[in-house]
Amino acid sequence: MSTSDYDPACLPDLLPLYYRRLFPFSQYYRWLSYGGVSKNYFQNREFSFTLKDDIYVRYQSFTTQNELEKEMQKMVPYKIDIGAVYSHRPSQHNAVKSGTFQALEKELVFDIDMTDYDDVRRCCSAADICSKCWTLMTIAIRILDRALREDFGFHHLLWVYSGRRGVHCWVCDDAARKLSVAARSAVAEYLSLVKGGEETVRKVVLSDPIHPFINHSLSVVERYFQQYAIVDQDILGSKESVDKVLAVLPEDIKKDLAVSFKDEKDPMKRWNLLCDLVLRKKSNSKKGGQYFDKEIMLQYCYPRLDVNVSKGVNHLLKSPFSVHPKTGRISVPIDLKELDTFDPFEVPTISLICEELEKPRAEEAEEDDMKDKENEQEAGERRRIRDYKRTSLAKYVKVFDRFLEAMARSRKGEMLKKSDLQKDF
Amino acid sequence: MQFPGRRKKLIGSSQNDLYDHCLQFYGQPPLENISLTEFETFAVERLKLLKTVENLGVSCVKNSEQYTKKLDAEISKFFFNKEDGISEYEKRRKDHISHFILRLAYCQTEDLRRWFIQQEMDLFRYRFNDLHSKHKTDFLHKNNLKYETVSAEEKKSLQDKLIASSYGLSGTKVEEHDVYKVPFQDALDLVRTRKVYLLAGNAYIPHHEIVTIVLNDFRTRLSKALAMTARSLPAVQSDERLQPLLSHLSHAYVGQDYSIQKNIGKISLEQIDALSGKSFPLCMRHLHKALRENHHLRHGGRMQYGLFLKGIGLSLEQALQFWRSEFVKGKVDADKFDKAYAYSVRHMFGKEGKRTDYTPYSCMKVILSNPPSQGDYHGCPFRHSDPELLKQKLQNYKVSPSGTNQILELVKGMHYQLACQKYFELTHNVEDAGFSLNHPNQYFTESQKLLSGGRDIKKEVDMSQRSQENPASVTRPSQANSKQAHEEMGDLDSFFQDE
Repeated sequence: MSTSDYDPACLPDLLPLYYRRLFPFSQYYRWLSYGGVSKNYFQNREFSFTLKDDIYVRYQSFTTQNELEKEMQKMVPYKIDIGAVYSHRPSQHNAVKSGTFQALEKELVFDIDMTDYDDVRRCCSAADICSKCWTLMTIAIRILDRALREDFGFHHLLWVYSGRRGVHCWVCDDAARKLSVAARSAVAEYLSLVKGGEETVRKVVLSDPIHPFINHSLSVVERYFQQYAIVDQDILGSKESVDKVLAVLPEDIKKDLAVSFKDEKDPMKRWNLLCDLVLRKKSNSKKGGQYFDKEIMLQYCYPRLDVNVSKGVNHLLKSPFSVHPKTGRISVPIDLKELDTFDPFEVPTISLICEELEKPRAEEAEEDDMKDKENEQEAGERRRIRDYKRTSLAKYVKVFDRFLEAMARSRKGEMLKKSDLQKDF
Repeated sequence: MQFPGRRKKLIGSSQNDLYDHCLQFYGQPPLENISLTEFETFAVERLKLLKTVENLGVSCVKNSEQYTKKLDAEISKFFFNKEDGISEYEKRRKDHISHFILRLAYCQTEDLRRWFIQQEMDLFRYRFNDLHSKHKTDFLHKNNLKYETVSAEEKKSLQDKLIASSYGLSGTKVEEHDVYKVPFQDALDLVRTRKVYLLAGNAYIPHHEIVTIVLNDFRTRLSKALAMTARSLPAVQSDERLQPLLSHLSHAYVGQDYSIQKNIGKISLEQIDALSGKSFPLCMRHLHKALRENHHLRHGGRMQYGLFLKGIGLSLEQALQFWRSEFVKGKVDADKFDKAYAYSVRHMFGKEGKRTDYTPYSCMKVILSNPPSQGDYHGCPFRHSDPELLKQKLQNYKVSPSGTNQILELVKGMHYQLACQKYFELTHNVEDAGFSLNHPNQYFTESQKLLSGGRDIKKEVDMSQRSQENPASVTRPSQANSKQAHEEMGDLDSFFQDE
């Protein structure tokens, strides 16, 4: 079983163990240092911690990996957020002349939250998720990952499971980290198709010509739509959900469908009827640009992002590898190669991995212990690496490692290019 | 820039190097010497041009025939020199220098900067769009704008996608015209609205849309430059020759300043109440009402209203009587008035102290300087009143709801003078005010003309245009004033009188 029963009351005991022996500090530090290319990049990064009893502290910053480790082991944060890289050390922001302490850079981030889809999913609501609606996250990741790579030219994306009901994307390219507020908001708006709140019935409006981005997104949605929406969500099954679907259609189509649906109860066939009707009406209409079937698919499946999360350079977002206090699950990186088989309920909880840690070790372990007595710090790290490798956390740290490798290679490539240009052989 | 008396001329070929295109980004400041006269003339004329750009921008649809014709005429006027055959070089030089002078005047506050950037952008957009396509490309190259043109093969392979993403693009257009590849960060407006094709971080911009990108670049550069200019301004302002000029430029409007009183004594005090409802602009109506109700006005209000009254023709004796009778109804007795307030009324008329004959405030001055605080009634209601209160006031003055909305829209767009003009049109029941409002006394004069004339509005416009083109007869008195102003370096309004 991948989830030992998790009890939030155990956190005070589990967290210290997690931070001492499992949290991948060296990879974490490697990530946030970005190759040491910019001076003080790690030192000027803001972290915020939520401590026991909901005490929230901002402007935490650390000078070395060691200091980060020691502080986290001391404070034992329940939640960890990552903020921006500032002009000065955040922990000293009060000593800086007012107005000069500024957020300079940060990864471009996206937060997809399942609750934003409550109006179009029937299986769950609020903080609940299930395997049926998880497909929405799969669709979101595929659409956004493609757009961020192909349209915007970004290469280094880290997708992370938030631990409960959504996913985050960290775009770590150099260019992404340097984006202005205006640029971030422009990117987020480019990626937004579902607009409107409670009072808006028809949340997606398409017109001719359809932008290539929308077409790409539609082809992703189409791959999943039948299984997800028609079968799993059964949107054309009950009267209530049928009415909701038809509500976005114009009167004449609505009326015709209401009639045909009396005789046809099979949801798949109903959907086909809908598509045929829309197609027929389109070719008759002079206006063109009537894509109601596509609009419905998008309204039910297209990713909903919170622009405000992406806009702010100083926005704080939950850190990868932090623990979700309510579910106990670790915020783990998602391997896009295995996206279709990713199961949020298989993600290890802190109680599971702590339990796995306590299992009896093999003989090699004793030899390693001998080596460790020589150098304590390295020993600590080596031990930690051996430790998480014995737990279910291992494969997720590997995903993270691969992500870091790719960035390192790309940095090396950049430096070679630069030195070639300067004719430095 | 340094300003000795003499002008240094540049020789032939270096002229061409300096200005190799009729348009520029104003990246480099002018490095030559220039006379004070030319300094002032250039600045004032560019300001006139920018004000026209502003007015046309709101009164006409941009790029409509009317807009194009009028702006064209104004631009030609700007470049036209009385000496025949102004060379291309001279034109570009004037463009260059006048822009930089106005930067000095308009860098100081957020409001001024925003106004200046807006008008310069509109002017640039017009002139850039007017360029032949080849010259557009020339401009991009000469300014190192890293906008690569897309190769023919790439264009072909992306043709369908390009057509599906950009407005107004067809197959032939893609083939014939250039498409530019621009980093997406430089095309945010198009990205945000998904009106452009993106690939690998680049936005593919068709030729006819490149101006949006160029404008963004222009705005960013100008904004940064103005911020830098503001920092070095104290050094410039310490030059005594320039300081009064620059501060006046930023409050200047170009037109009559009502310093020379006409119709003195033609208005009787009994008429003022009625006139305030009929012919006063909203600011003065507001001030008059406050004065009648409170029997008092603070200094800012006294200055703004008092000078206005002087401008409409009140004599000093009348003014004294007017203010005294009102103040005495309040907490001030006659003796106190004579001691404290009478002096300041006489001061306004130039009969005390420096004996400067103060000129009534223009709209620019009212809008930009000395904002009112609690207990004040001066300022421009369109600028300084809370929109809700403004709405109520307009309703009380029986302005129709649709009219009120039009006014509020103009206020939202920060076109305060146009809002007042609209108020004029609504209260006088005319479609077109027939003048471009920039002075409260102008409002009054125009209103009086309208009410007592039965005049033909079109005729009025022609007449005022003709008088602008015949400066000879009218400038003589103003030239006399200008000499005085030069000597005193006191009030510069009359120096800028232009009719």
